[in-house]
Amino acid sequence: MAIRFLLNGKAVEVDGVAPTTTLLQWLREHAHLTGTKEGCAEGDCGACTVALADVGPDGEPTWRAVDSCLVFLPALNGRSVLTVEGLGGDHPVQDAMVKHLGSQCGYCTPGFVMSLFEACHRKDLTATDDAGLNDQLCGNLCRCTGYRPIRDAAIEVVGTQPVDGHVATAPTGTATDYVAKGGRYAQPADLAGLFDALDAMPGARIVSGATDLALEVNKLHKALPALVSVESIPSLRGVTRTAGGWRIGATTLLADVEAWSKDPFPSLHRMLRYFASRQIKNRATLGGNVCNASPIGDTPPVLLALDATAILASRAGERRVPLREFFLSYRKTALGEGEVLAAIELPDLPEDAFAASYKVSKRRELDISAVAASFVVRVQSGVVSEARLAYGGMAATPSRAAGAERALVGRPFDEAAVNDAVAALATDFTPMSDHRGTAWYRATLAGNLLRGFYLETRNDRQPTLPARHAGTVIA
Amino acid sequence: MTPLIKLNASSPHESARKHVSGAARYVDDLPAPQGMLHGFAVASPHAHAKIVSRDGTRARALPGVHAVLFAADVPGSNHIGPVVHDEDLLADATAQCVGHAVAVVVAESRDIAREAAALVDVVYEVLPAILTIEESIAAKAFLGSPHHMARGDVDAALASAAIVIKATARNPAQDHFYLETHAALAIPEEGGNWLIYSSTQHPTEVQGEVASVLGLPRNAVVVEVPRLGGGFGGKESQASQIACWAALGAHVTGRPVKVWLDREQDMTHTGKRHPFRTDYEAGFDADGRLTALRARVYADAGFSLDLSQAINDRALFHLDNAYYVPNVDFQNFTCKTNLLSNTAFRGFGGPQGMVVIEDAMQRAAERLGKDPNVFRVASFYGDAPRNVTPYGMRVDQPRAARLWEELSASSDYATRSAAIAAHNATSSVVKRGLGFMPVKFGISFTATLLNQAGALVLVYADGSVQMNHGGIEMGQGLHTKMLAIAGDELGVPASAVRAMDTATDKVPNTSATAASSGSDLNGWAVRNACAEIRQRMAVVAAEVLGVPAAALVFADGQVGAPGGPSMPFAKLANTCWVRRISLSSTGFYATPDLAYDREKGFGRPFFYFAWGASVVEVEVNALTGEHRVVRADLLQDVGKSLVPSIDLGQVEGAFVQGVGWLTMEECLYDKRGRFVTHGPSTYKIPTIGDVPADLRVHLLENVEQDGTIHGSKAVGEPPLMLGIGVVSALRQAIGAFASPGHEIELALPATPEAVLRAIMDVRARSAAGAPSLHG
Ligand SMILES: Cc1cc2nc3c(=O)[nH]c(=O)nc-3n(C[C@H](O)[C@H](O)[C@H](O)COP(=O)(O)OP(=O)(O)OC[C@H]3O[C@@H](n4cnc5c(N)ncnc54)[C@H](O)[C@@H]3O)c2cc1C
Ligand code: FES
Ligand code: FES
Repeated sequence: MAIRFLLNGKAVEVDGVAPTTTLLQWLREHAHLTGTKEGCAEGDCGACTVALADVGPDGEPTWRAVDSCLVFLPALNGRSVLTVEGLGGDHPVQDAMVKHLGSQCGYCTPGFVMSLFEACHRKDLTATDDAGLNDQLCGNLCRCTGYRPIRDAAIEVVGTQPVDGHVATAPTGTATDYVAKGGRYAQPADLAGLFDALDAMPGARIVSGATDLALEVNKLHKALPALVSVESIPSLRGVTRTAGGWRIGATTLLADVEAWSKDPFPSLHRMLRYFASRQIKNRATLGGNVCNASPIGDTPPVLLALDATAILASRAGERRVPLREFFLSYRKTALGEGEVLAAIELPDLPEDAFAASYKVSKRRELDISAVAASFVVRVQSGVVSEARLAYGGMAATPSRAAGAERALVGRPFDEAAVNDAVAALATDFTPMSDHRGTAWYRATLAGNLLRGFYLETRNDRQPTLPARHAGTVIA
Repeated sequence: MTPLIKLNASSPHESARKHVSGAARYVDDLPAPQGMLHGFAVASPHAHAKIVSRDGTRARALPGVHAVLFAADVPGSNHIGPVVHDEDLLADATAQCVGHAVAVVVAESRDIAREAAALVDVVYEVLPAILTIEESIAAKAFLGSPHHMARGDVDAALASAAIVIKATARNPAQDHFYLETHAALAIPEEGGNWLIYSSTQHPTEVQGEVASVLGLPRNAVVVEVPRLGGGFGGKESQASQIACWAALGAHVTGRPVKVWLDREQDMTHTGKRHPFRTDYEAGFDADGRLTALRARVYADAGFSLDLSQAINDRALFHLDNAYYVPNVDFQNFTCKTNLLSNTAFRGFGGPQGMVVIEDAMQRAAERLGKDPNVFRVASFYGDAPRNVTPYGMRVDQPRAARLWEELSASSDYATRSAAIAAHNATSSVVKRGLGFMPVKFGISFTATLLNQAGALVLVYADGSVQMNHGGIEMGQGLHTKMLAIAGDELGVPASAVRAMDTATDKVPNTSATAASSGSDLNGWAVRNACAEIRQRMAVVAAEVLGVPAAALVFADGQVGAPGGPSMPFAKLANTCWVRRISLSSTGFYATPDLAYDREKGFGRPFFYFAWGASVVEVEVNALTGEHRVVRADLLQDVGKSLVPSIDLGQVEGAFVQGVGWLTMEECLYDKRGRFVTHGPSTYKIPTIGDVPADLRVHLLENVEQDGTIHGSKAVGEPPLMLGIGVVSALRQAIGAFASPGHEIELALPATPEAVLRAIMDVRARSAAGAPSLHG
């Protein structure tokens, strides 16, 4: 079957291109819409940003800015895409960019325009929200302007909800089975269909938001001839209340997890604030981040500290695996053949728990962690009753620091205990050196972040970072 | 519609509407000519290797492959290079760095070409490689010829100095990271002629290189450039190889060939800003005045000369920065390594030179536990005799003192300094620092012959105008300024003038759009061309209107005598045509009064100096080394601004790029000479949150410059060096974690890791009471 979607309001039908063709490639090479640019093909520059109709956190249709270099074309079946050409030339966000001299060479500009387009239609972002503006635009690099004029343009347009005739219709994908050029992309609409597809396509890779998987195509030039998408299965998406906790569907977008977690799990919220960029979080899913099982993935340490359980689904039904036992070795998980991650469950955070997360990277926004850390410490009757200290970037898998945890439990939460825990980290982990940080830096950070956590709790600080800060620790 | 652009008034960018709508075209956006093929370079995986054999048989067998080309397939010269032809376009006997092209594959699609590239069989014999400046110095593997400048008696001055600093200053490399990667499209035309679209800052050089590679005279090759998605120096010399690959592919296949580099290819085929190592000794007197500077400056050129000599020379010209140094002994060495050939990057060696003298200022102050600005202010250029550079050029209007006075007042320097000291006394994890950076930057190509430019202006019989000049629009707003100048000169709204794509068949023998010279040189050329046409039109208007030509004013689309009769410009244009008066003209400009003797290290290499200053405040976190710029105040001397909104944009953008260079952009090679940070996932340039929320940028007032186009000054490069202020701010904040009296050892770029190391190092020395490393 062909792929059908709305492009700038007009129905298009695509057939005969490889399923791993990205929206960006297709726009430029087949649709001859060259306003959308390629600056990296790895989701890190935003020059390829377009708007994709989707369901917003409030359940209403909305436009989301996404990196078209990371969207496989079949994922668009039944959906609606808007590119810079679709805005005409005098949309309010375009006017604002002209007025404030937001473009110099202009190469990044279409991408910024589309991020601003999302911003102007957002109901949860205001012009005075400095951190929110940074988050909205950090996925767009500009080498010329120094960003100030773009920020000024953003301040003028965010949340203004202009009546511009661009209605986010067709916000959800439809079932797809697309075969072309020796590749197949199946996007079933329910779990039964998913397991059928997995049976029918042995060796197929599961794809969710593709923000990791697309890099294998774009950067490693791998052929992924068989892909099964979990994106269009309603039961896998969304957050629901359980007895004593929450169930987060595997395909819930990180942007939505971020918005939802603010109250129940501030440490998750704080981590997601410094996770990738808006465009990535608008496609990336929580399940993808967990199943990717990267040692430098950012949500796994948080989920480990929050004592998460992975819900795995197969034709046989669901099974529960404590997240601690989910990561087996470097990039290997407990997922079996024909099994997918259905959800992550989090128990409610006890009132007496201190919880916080930290991420250190070369650049504050849109960067991969050198070290990520997440801590939950409960103090009852003056002594630590429970400590879960989890790290990314310190070992081959996201890991808890067993020795350091032991050093805390049963003692008052004080400097002496923290010093012992920091000392124990040296035996818990032997980190590596790479271009994100040396082993020395990682080891030092691991201890300093724990110290910083202790200082924050002692100072009784809110675990929410201020908009602009000199470091992931507020001490 | 061209937006409203007026001389000396803030105006939008001339292409803004095209940028925001996606209509602005770059080379890779041009519609594919019929039969177009794609070229893809095969890169050497070794830093230095003898090529034992090469075989394209397997690659050619892949369906869709049209050609696999090696050095022997080059019909003309296989040697390229902007100054000396010391690079193999396609590696012949030896490959000189990882990324050196060994072959070019031409195929129906990029994907096929990439697949075929992996099938090209090249047998290498790995040779010893030089991968660091130190190894290059040890091997005396120098390129070009050293440059020496001397004045006074450095030894005597150091012997009598109150403080002597002996240290090594290093600066990091920097990738240009223009958002548009390199691209070229070569189209064979009838009669053996060529049309090349290239994303180059230097179409004339591309024209020359393509002609030489194909063995043709230059008139057989037209190079045209629509616009660039950023250049920053990275598309000055390095665009040629890409255009030559395309031309070679097109020559062999007879079909149009496009070569477009993806980001990884762009970063692994092309050179960066030069890292430098400078060993220096500086002497200060008891008042903090710099009395002597001896410097041995080593630039990592990479595998070929490229523009390294001129860049290294510009570093020498800027070792003094804004300071008068009575006794100097400067010498540079251009070091060959088996790495990517480093190239022009905004500032062109100037920033690398300034980093050295600023390091000396900081160390002197840190050792004595004093404010470094005491040393800076005491050492500024001033009245005679403190107004002569180490190379004997007079500094006519030294502005550092004025900049310091105005900027320290407007940035509230003293009050904030006190507030920071109070904050630092009580805050244990986060400390702040306030840095000041003055900049003096010489304007002109130091190779005197390059200081020339041409223009071609065409007025049509309906009064509409086409303007061609030799400069490239790469985001810096050159066309906007040129439209303002042309509109002003012809007395028509700038919207009546169309800026044409830059092409070598319109204006020949151009210099690169570089050295901040774009509007200085082309501005005069455009103005001269317009003035010539206006004079001819004035003669006709004088006859028609019956007023003397000298009394005529061209303004607002009208030509006439004030208070007297007038006629529309368009009508006059038509009248000129009817009367058979030429309505087109070239314009030309050569910068006067330049003369520099490199042998003697003496003369006047610059037409004038551009000045600027910054005050930068940072916060540093001692647990993680993370830091951020809290506020920056910038003050830049652009003369009388041609278009202030454009100049402000240049100042801000350059500052952020400078801060990126020194705080986060890390170019890393592995032990085998492979460039590993080859994408934005690992090479981090500033993003929006890295720009201070409080950024105050001003242009210095009442500084109209003599002899320049409408009294303006160059602005492209100088403000990049305002970013160096972040280093002095960081060093102050780092020092606040220890007792005073210790020099700070901060590696650049000052990543969080580098800052944490510096904090722990100075704390350790401070606790141990140990002398500083360079004591
Ligand atoms: C520019 C950029 C920035 C990034 N920044 C960060 C960052 O700051 N922190 C960070 O942690 N990561 C980051 N990432 C990585 C990536 O975005 C995340 O890992 C993301 O959460 C992956 O989710 P996805 O839905 O896109 O996964 P996909 O790419 O679709 O899948 C990832 C892997 O998980 C498997 N998978 C996905 N869903 C399931 C499921 N339900 N069941 C079984 N297997 C499944 C897939 O088979 C695949 O192997 C970044 C990526 C990019 C491109
Ligand atoms: S091209 Fe850079 S994010 Fe897509
Ligand atoms: S305007 Fe050139 S990259 Fe943004």
